Amino acid sequence: MIAIVQLTLTDLGLAALLVLANAVVDLILRLGLGRRLLLAAVRAAVQLALLGWVLGLVFETEGPGAVLLVTLVMATVAGIEAVRRGSRRVPGVFAASVGVMLVSSFAVTSYGLLVVLDIPGPWYTPQYAVPLLGMVLGNALNGISLGLDAALEGFDEDRARVELLLAHGATRRQAAAPILRRAARRGMIPILNAMIAVGVISVPGMMTGQLLAGADPGTAARYQLFILFAIAGGVALGTIGVVLAAERLVFDERDRLRVDRIRRVDP
Amino acid sequence: MGSLEVRGLTRAPWWRDLDLALKEGEIAVLRGPSGSGKTLLLRALADLDPVDAGEVSLDGRAREATPPPMWRRAVRYAQQGAPCLPGTVEENVAAIATLLNVSPTPVPALDPRADASRLSGGEAQRLALHRALLGAPRVLLLDEVTAALDRPAAEEAEAQVLAFAREGGSVLWVSHDAGLAERLGAREVSL
Repeated sequence: MIAIVQLTLTDLGLAALLVLANAVVDLILRLGLGRRLLLAAVRAAVQLALLGWVLGLVFETEGPGAVLLVTLVMATVAGIEAVRRGSRRVPGVFAASVGVMLVSSFAVTSYGLLVVLDIPGPWYTPQYAVPLLGMVLGNALNGISLGLDAALEGFDEDRARVELLLAHGATRRQAAAPILRRAARRGMIPILNAMIAVGVISVPGMMTGQLLAGADPGTAARYQLFILFAIAGGVALGTIGVVLAAERLVFDERDRLRVDRIRRVDP
Repeated sequence: MGSLEVRGLTRAPWWRDLDLALKEGEIAVLRGPSGSGKTLLLRALADLDPVDAGEVSLDGRAREATPPPMWRRAVRYAQQGAPCLPGTVEENVAAIATLLNVSPTPVPALDPRADASRLSGGEAQRLALHRALLGAPRVLLLDEVTAALDRPAAEEAEAQVLAFAREGGSVLWVSHDAGLAERLGAREVSL
């Protein structure tokens, strides 16, 4: 097996040509996305450079403090971003999203580290803890964002049906159930699709990384499967958690659907 | 006995210190200009909208002392626009009957297999009134439930409501129909 190829700044510049080519096509076709594309590319470059630098520091630090701080920041940012992507807000939604993100991703990551991998070092070993949490968070972000948006949209637009059930003696949960089910499904669809496509249509990111780093393909496949299951667990917990949180936020103490609390925003 | 009592109900800027009593078997027609808060009042009585102040009780029992689903089973609100659940007419009735733990009954003059989302305004109102009467509520809060019905169908609906009142039910009916109170022998309440 050949050694891993080190990427130089020149190599990355060559890769960036692909984005520039996209921008040129955008200009020719007047799609109006060129500026956003370049900004997104610059943002990705800055964020990954920062991540590389921060992880370098974390990997050199002993004790759980640095890992905890990085993971807390990652989960908080993910929780906020999950709300920002949606088209509706309700008071308390940022706290709910961050809370659900923290609980779901930490629960799944802890189970993965301590039970499945049973890592030889302490639980905060950065080599395992940070990438696993990062993968779970990135996907939980999608599920939480989609589920939350579908739930708030459902309550906002299906008010008459929810109130029809309430008016005939339904409990809050009975009246909200169709919307909650639809929202949970919407949040889970991307990970279900990913599990169906994996290995047939796509070679997933973590497996790609391990293969590039010279890992045995069998080991890489087993790790990928473990990660997929962990992600599915995180997405399910996060999506269901945030959908139930949305239900609590839009109903008041007398089980009245308070659509006046829902505010529409431009995502 | 058997009455809905409202004291000092306030929801600014629509109404303030509103008092209202509906005795057992009494029908009242609620009238007022558009935007005066008639629908809001029915929704507030059904505990679907909050109020700023005031008390509502049924048979002397305060609303706050009754769990919301129990209150709404007793004080039944039929919404303006008569929304339907997904599915057929039969499934709409069955869903509500299941909630109320009663046996579903067919809606007169409606095909039970008809898609509820394709009903005309009048048909949807027939279905809405039928659903509202399921499970023997104590009070009916009707919001323009015959606005889309032709004269014979409206008379049928009025007869159903009169029969409900004869059995002791109380009714508060929002309507723009100037002759409704007279036909029902009901008093008029203005907002």
